[in-house]
Amino acid sequence: MATIGGQLGLAYAFVEREVALSKRYWAWELVWLVYGVVTSLSVAYIGLAAPTIAGGVADPAAVSRFVLYLLVGTITWRFLGLIFEQMGETIAWERWEGTIEYTFMAPVPRLTHLVGMCGATLVRALGFSVAILAAVTLFVPVDLSHADIAAALVLLATGAVAFIGLAIGSAVFPLLWTEKGLQMAYIVQAVVLLVSGVYYPTSVLPVWMQALSVVSPATYVIRGMRAALLDGADVAAVWPDLWPALLVGAISIPVGLRVFLWAERHAKRTGRLKRSG
Amino acid sequence: MAIEIRETTRDQTRADLRIALEACAVRKIFRPARGLGAGGVAVRAVDDVSLTVRRGEIYGLLGANGSGKSTLIRVFSTLLTADAGEVRIFGYDIVRDELAVKRLINRVSVEASFFKKLSAMENLIYAGRLYGVAPDEARPKIREILRRLGIDPRRVSEPLEKLSRGMQQKIAIARAFLTSPMLLLLDEPTTGLDIRSKREVQTFVRDLRDEHDATILLTTHDLDEAARLADRIGILHQGRLVAEGSASELCARHGTGSLEEVFMTVTGRRLDESDDTGGGAGTE
Repeated sequence: MATIGGQLGLAYAFVEREVALSKRYWAWELVWLVYGVVTSLSVAYIGLAAPTIAGGVADPAAVSRFVLYLLVGTITWRFLGLIFEQMGETIAWERWEGTIEYTFMAPVPRLTHLVGMCGATLVRALGFSVAILAAVTLFVPVDLSHADIAAALVLLATGAVAFIGLAIGSAVFPLLWTEKGLQMAYIVQAVVLLVSGVYYPTSVLPVWMQALSVVSPATYVIRGMRAALLDGADVAAVWPDLWPALLVGAISIPVGLRVFLWAERHAKRTGRLKRSG
Repeated sequence: MAIEIRETTRDQTRADLRIALEACAVRKIFRPARGLGAGGVAVRAVDDVSLTVRRGEIYGLLGANGSGKSTLIRVFSTLLTADAGEVRIFGYDIVRDELAVKRLINRVSVEASFFKKLSAMENLIYAGRLYGVAPDEARPKIREILRRLGIDPRRVSEPLEKLSRGMQQKIAIARAFLTSPMLLLLDEPTTGLDIRSKREVQTFVRDLRDEHDATILLTTHDLDEAARLADRIGILHQGRLVAEGSASELCARHGTGSLEEVFMTVTGRRLDESDDTGGGAGTE
């Protein structure tokens, strides 16, 4: 069982479980999908209405660029945010279902468990993001004729890796604080949203917030995605945004894993590795 | 997977193979949380407990609510780290060799904990995968175990939340049996079951020991269950192991005619009285 194939087989158990849960909770999945589409569309319509709101006349090409600017931010954030949320809820969800003790008692190395959860999370986040993008293009004209799709996909993959590390770190909160841990993880996610330039350039932020944006991988991924999709920048051109995101991932994954393992040991010492109620 | 486990244990010494579980001076104290609004007292849940469970034995841990039974089981399950003492399972140290220990054990708790929206089959296939049992191998085993537990095969595809408490508990027991554990930890497995279901589970527990060479550690506050199933019984009171022996030995040692009288003699109270009056198994 120590072989890579064996470990991947174990990790697949979590992917299969999450897919089965998504099917059983299909109504909630539909709710999140509709919510995602509506939110993204609302943001796109704000972009379309910008000249009217500002009381002026704008060049249609500039408006189209502005709409795409906003859409790239909102859909990329939807993708990264889902990774953060689902990984962050890994512990809280199992505690709520009452299965946490069985999962942690199973002979599965924690790394394999988390790799499995990451796999399931990526499948879900990718499915949602593609569905939202497809739905939005039905209502709003999206011009991707200048886009470098390959560079965008590389950035998205890099962002996913970087966010997995952060999300593993945030999953620690519900492990340490059984009642309020999940709320803490959501606060971290909200702060990342604020400082990462999802809807605006980070240059408009106060200086102290800009300092926070430097450590958020979303800042680089979203900026790079805009360069790739709006201006057709290739991988070499987005490298200045790619390497910081890669660096955050290279640091945050091992650090997040170590913190998680420490938190698991702490939870076992203090009796917190148990179901709710 | 079951075969792999048995191969692994061949490396252990003959002495280790005869002993399924050895706990030595295990202690666990729950301390109140620090910080604003924190209060309460430290609870000595398990206090210097030493016990040995021999391979193939059914060992019953008897105690009132709050006596430390579940805490001890959680320590043996690797879910809780003891403050002091040592636990070895088939020779493996429960802390240093955690993954090896996890491969040898499984646990059924008083709450049948499942993904409620998933069916019994989905939950069991998932559990099997975690223990290295492939779905193709697991499916016939699951059907056989559920048949022996008296579960209607037509109900295995229904979401668990639609099944009765008794059926859910039987499926929890099936989940543990599916992984062919060498040591099965049963934490009040029949609590809340009707008499018929209780008997079916008890028969299955005995069969598992007799047919599959499993060792079983059972906690209960049901005197009849302890007497019917256990080869040896340990009585826990306020976190301490206050008596140990077979039912007949205990009765003879204390000059009583029933386990109930033994329990009252060694603990000074009835089994249905909680041990945690006054703050837990024992307070500091």
